[in-house]
Amino acid sequence: MDIDLTTLVTFLPLIGVLVLLFMKGEQKNAIRWVALLTSLVTFAVSIVLLVNFIAAGNGAISADIELETKVPWISLGGWQIYYHVGVDGLSILLVLLTTFLVPLCILSTWSAVEDRVKDFMIFFLLLETGMVGVFVALDLFLFYVFWEFTLVPMYFLIGIWGGPRRMYAAIKFFLYTMAGSILMLLAILWLGIQQQTFSVPELIAKGGIPENIQLWLFLAFAAAFAIKVPMWPLHSWLPDAHVEAPTAGSVILAGVLLKMGTYGFLRFNLSLFPEAAVRMAPWIAGLAVVGIIYGAAVSYAQQDVKKLVAYSSVSHLGFVMLGLFALNPQGVQGGILQMINHGLSTGALFLIVGMIYERRHTRDMDAFGGLWKVMPIYGLITLIVTLSSMGLPGLNGFVGEFSILLGAFGSEAIGSPWFAGLAALGVILAAVYMLKMFQKMFLGPVDKEENKVLKDINWREIITLVPLLIFIFWIGLYPKPFFALMAPAVEKLLAGLP
Amino acid sequence: MNLSEVTSVGGFFSLVPLVVFLPVLGLLINMIFGGRMSEKAIGWTASLASGATFVVAVLLATSLAGHPEAVTIPFLDWINIGTLELPWAFRVDTLSVTMMLVVGGVGTLIHIYAIGYMHEDVRHHNDPSRYRRFFVFFNLFIAMMMILVSADNYLMLFVGWEGVGLCSYLLIGFWYDKGKDGIGNALAGKKAFITNRIGDFGFLIAAFLMFQYFGSFNFDVINEMAPAVAAAAPAAVMAMTMFMLLGVTGKSAQLPLFVWLPDAMAGPTPVSALIHAATMVTAGVYLVARSFALYSLVPAAQNWVAIVGGVTALLAATIAVGQFDIKKVLAYSTVSQLGFMVAAVGMGAFTAGMFHLVTHAFFKGLLFLSSGSVIQGMERGEHHVEHDPNLKRKMKQEHGAGHFDPQDMRTMGGLRKRMKITFWVYLIGSLALGGIFPLAGFWSKDEILLESMHLHPTVYVLLTIAAFFTAFYMTRQVVMVFFGEPKSEPAAHAQESPAVMTVPLLVLAGLSTLGGLLNLPYLHTFKEWLGHTLGEAEHAVEGAVEGLAEGAAHASTAWYDLGGLDLRVALFSTVLALLAIALGWWMYTRRMEELQSLPLAKRPDDPLRKILGPVFKVFENKYWLDEIYKALLLDRYVDVANFLAQKVDWDFWHDWFHDKVLAGGFRGLTWVLAKPFDLGIIDGIANGLATGMQGLAGQMRRLQTGFVRNYALAVFLGVVVILGYLVLRMI
Repeated sequence: MDIDLTTLVTFLPLIGVLVLLFMKGEQKNAIRWVALLTSLVTFAVSIVLLVNFIAAGNGAISADIELETKVPWISLGGWQIYYHVGVDGLSILLVLLTTFLVPLCILSTWSAVEDRVKDFMIFFLLLETGMVGVFVALDLFLFYVFWEFTLVPMYFLIGIWGGPRRMYAAIKFFLYTMAGSILMLLAILWLGIQQQTFSVPELIAKGGIPENIQLWLFLAFAAAFAIKVPMWPLHSWLPDAHVEAPTAGSVILAGVLLKMGTYGFLRFNLSLFPEAAVRMAPWIAGLAVVGIIYGAAVSYAQQDVKKLVAYSSVSHLGFVMLGLFALNPQGVQGGILQMINHGLSTGALFLIVGMIYERRHTRDMDAFGGLWKVMPIYGLITLIVTLSSMGLPGLNGFVGEFSILLGAFGSEAIGSPWFAGLAALGVILAAVYMLKMFQKMFLGPVDKEENKVLKDINWREIITLVPLLIFIFWIGLYPKPFFALMAPAVEKLLAGLP
Repeated sequence: MNLSEVTSVGGFFSLVPLVVFLPVLGLLINMIFGGRMSEKAIGWTASLASGATFVVAVLLATSLAGHPEAVTIPFLDWINIGTLELPWAFRVDTLSVTMMLVVGGVGTLIHIYAIGYMHEDVRHHNDPSRYRRFFVFFNLFIAMMMILVSADNYLMLFVGWEGVGLCSYLLIGFWYDKGKDGIGNALAGKKAFITNRIGDFGFLIAAFLMFQYFGSFNFDVINEMAPAVAAAAPAAVMAMTMFMLLGVTGKSAQLPLFVWLPDAMAGPTPVSALIHAATMVTAGVYLVARSFALYSLVPAAQNWVAIVGGVTALLAATIAVGQFDIKKVLAYSTVSQLGFMVAAVGMGAFTAGMFHLVTHAFFKGLLFLSSGSVIQGMERGEHHVEHDPNLKRKMKQEHGAGHFDPQDMRTMGGLRKRMKITFWVYLIGSLALGGIFPLAGFWSKDEILLESMHLHPTVYVLLTIAAFFTAFYMTRQVVMVFFGEPKSEPAAHAQESPAVMTVPLLVLAGLSTLGGLLNLPYLHTFKEWLGHTLGEAEHAVEGAVEGLAEGAAHASTAWYDLGGLDLRVALFSTVLALLAIALGWWMYTRRMEELQSLPLAKRPDDPLRKILGPVFKVFENKYWLDEIYKALLLDRYVDVANFLAQKVDWDFWHDWFHDKVLAGGFRGLTWVLAKPFDLGIIDGIANGLATGMQGLAGQMRRLQTGFVRNYALAVFLGVVVILGYLVLRMI
């Protein structure tokens, strides 16, 4: 049996699932350890994948798909569907982000999830396979299977372990995302029938789709992705899903699932429909800018911390979209980096909110105040993450946002510096809502009795957050290795544009 | 220039990264080991780290003396995308080293002072555990400020620019659980950061424009290309400089964004001295000087910068007249003096602006630190009173039961007898600020006035009036604080500060006295020194000055010309300052005494209140700018945000459109389609397969008639089949 690395990373979590299936539900700690170890091994193998990807370029980073596997899978009538996976500069970082975040999420559930631990871990590992699958799939049909598959475990994670309105949120999440996917499925089928292949590289190589048809296909794909991102005004499922999901679910939702949307735009809309992408760029940029400002303003007005962070995603993902559709190196690379950054910073923020929720069972900002004094380590870490999220230079968020705005400002595709100029206002507004949150929760006197006895975060919680902090500083100070990984692939992608 | 070339240049240039790393080392030591270190050890570790940067700066200066051309020391790549190449690289030239000397030198003195000041401050606020945090933040500030001044490109400068803003935020809100309603300090910090972010927005836009037109952020590249770009796209360079000006008004507290600086006085006094007087707030001045090549090319932008500086200088000086908090007076004075500097660099008088920046760092640092000494002297007096039941009763009768404010000048008076050293250094600082010969402020301010007389008469008038006000409000302050009789029991029992605080004061007093030596007429040491960096720009200005003075030959022989010092300007401004001092002296000694004969209810707390009437009210209330901003901008933003969040996003979009229209419509449709079919057949199978999900199913069916579950199950089973097939194939 010869299994390649990409496949291994994708399906390793399923081995953990298999082990878990044979365990008794009462062995909670053993279950947690099995899940954690599985995810750690997966992460380790994904590092091996990265090393191999770097080595595959023979001294330079490859612009192409590497570590590729293509096996005939389903034959239907005239056409062949392949199990076709591989990684390139566009996807490798997202694969790593996924395998990096999952162990941290599992660690965060150690004391937060006490109910049906086994089921929880099974769904979580299934979700990991689905997410990695989305990023490595190179056959449209396979991609679609993974894409839809991720909905199922996420649906249960929200629906079983979520907050009071979990069922409503889970169903809304499911239906909303699925509604968009159906249009994408139609477009995929159309492409398959018309072009006689589902293979993404082959479709790119073939090209030749007339521009007006491209436009329709672009919109059909965009429907699925824009909901996932979510782009304004299709974000209505997000606050519900985020607020109701358990902490680990929110982290993965914000950290990875939303990136499936932006990745979809990058991988499919930009490379399969280049003419349409150029034509649509100003429109997407416009929606992105509205999302940036709107998300920031709505964030500011929230009382619930988790909701504040949720809406901030609308703003942050607006930056990502603006960057991708700048269609120049600064914008696209900044956009990809910002996907990672958002995964790190917002992931950390959700973990942070989860930690205080576990202690106080409320997320109302007014219930806190002066926490820095009672929980100094927690306060310091939150401060760093807050600053990262609002794009303080020297931390990761700035590098992404700056590159994006720089790219968008001079973008020919977007066509006007006004978009970036308005988006830059989001930088001010981000400080406004993030600092409001920090002030309300951490500054001022400790005037509530319940807060006076709070214990600072423990070692397990520190270990959960520190890896994120390391990357927050690393990307902020020396993002070169990250940009280096994606640069050739982005260059190749942009070369395919008209 | 790469590293191998640097070694050929010789000297200490390659040491420059240390100015950033030494304070970082200091803060790391205090962060990691500080828990087990004594207060003294913590304070001296931080002071040594800061002092070491000063040593490095001195070494760099000696190297520059032999090799005055700029040297770049590349350190690490930062952001490289496509044509964008942005390194971490340090620039050593006379301008950056001047700033390093100021930051390292004044910074270290203030660090040492803080060893004593914070010892008492943390006890006064009942939380000694924050002593360490203070010095960690203080070292972080030095590191960030050094990044700002040693950067070789605009974006690395921006890292320091926002970094010092962060330190400012953290240190203003240092006592984040104190202040008005327990949250006042934290709000002041937030206000500072957000106001600065508005300025930084301008900085960013300027940076985008730079990249578009220059393709680089590097100072050298931009200086070199500037003339060509300005010729090809004058509007772009104009926009660049104007957006940059917005950044300057934020960081250097100019109109319209100066409102954060007075609130920033909520921070401990060493913070006010170091960050909000001597160094950080001058970053805007440094930025304009650094961008001399751009500004020199767009006179319209220069005009704006000069006007902004001039108007701010005057406006803030008038506000200072109406303040009673000892630190607020100094804060508005700082805004006003920054206005002088901004006006100077705006007009193209870069050396004069930088000269004033340096002397101001001396005397305003001195004044703030002395005011800290005064405040703690008052607090010690208050402490003394608290422990004496008789005095305590007496104080209650005089001042009521309310909280005693040790910063209110109306409660002071007569301190010159109880705090001798503080009094004398305060006097020196005040005279230097007032521009009295031969103290440092006289030379630097006079140079700005002289240049403005030639370059921008409007600004000359504004600044001259501002200078008059300056001398007046400082006299008012000195008299209220140090002369007359003590106005309260704590003032009567105030005590002098310890040596660790007074020694730095004496050093700064010395610098405030002798600082003028840097750039004496005829010698122009400082001008020559900076000329190596600002060379071309200064020549252009000289040309203009000479032209206006009807020819160089004529000017140099005139009776009033003393090698670059215009006796007319100097005499006029000195006479004005002396007049202001005399007026202030008369008003706050004689007139004040006369007013004491009035019945208590009619007795004004300030003679000016009676003379100026409503105008004084305007000064005292800072032209109501804070209130105007709140009503016009802040409250409106909150309204918009609430409207969007509540009405638009939630009520309309979430509840009505999605839950009512979409979900309701969908539910109706599925009910019609699915009830007979779905419930009968599919649901039956599903229930059999998924008994584990029974609890969920009940709720789900109510909402969506089982649709989701069936779909989920179908996808799930499908995937399992597919995966099984796949695994089998592989084996």
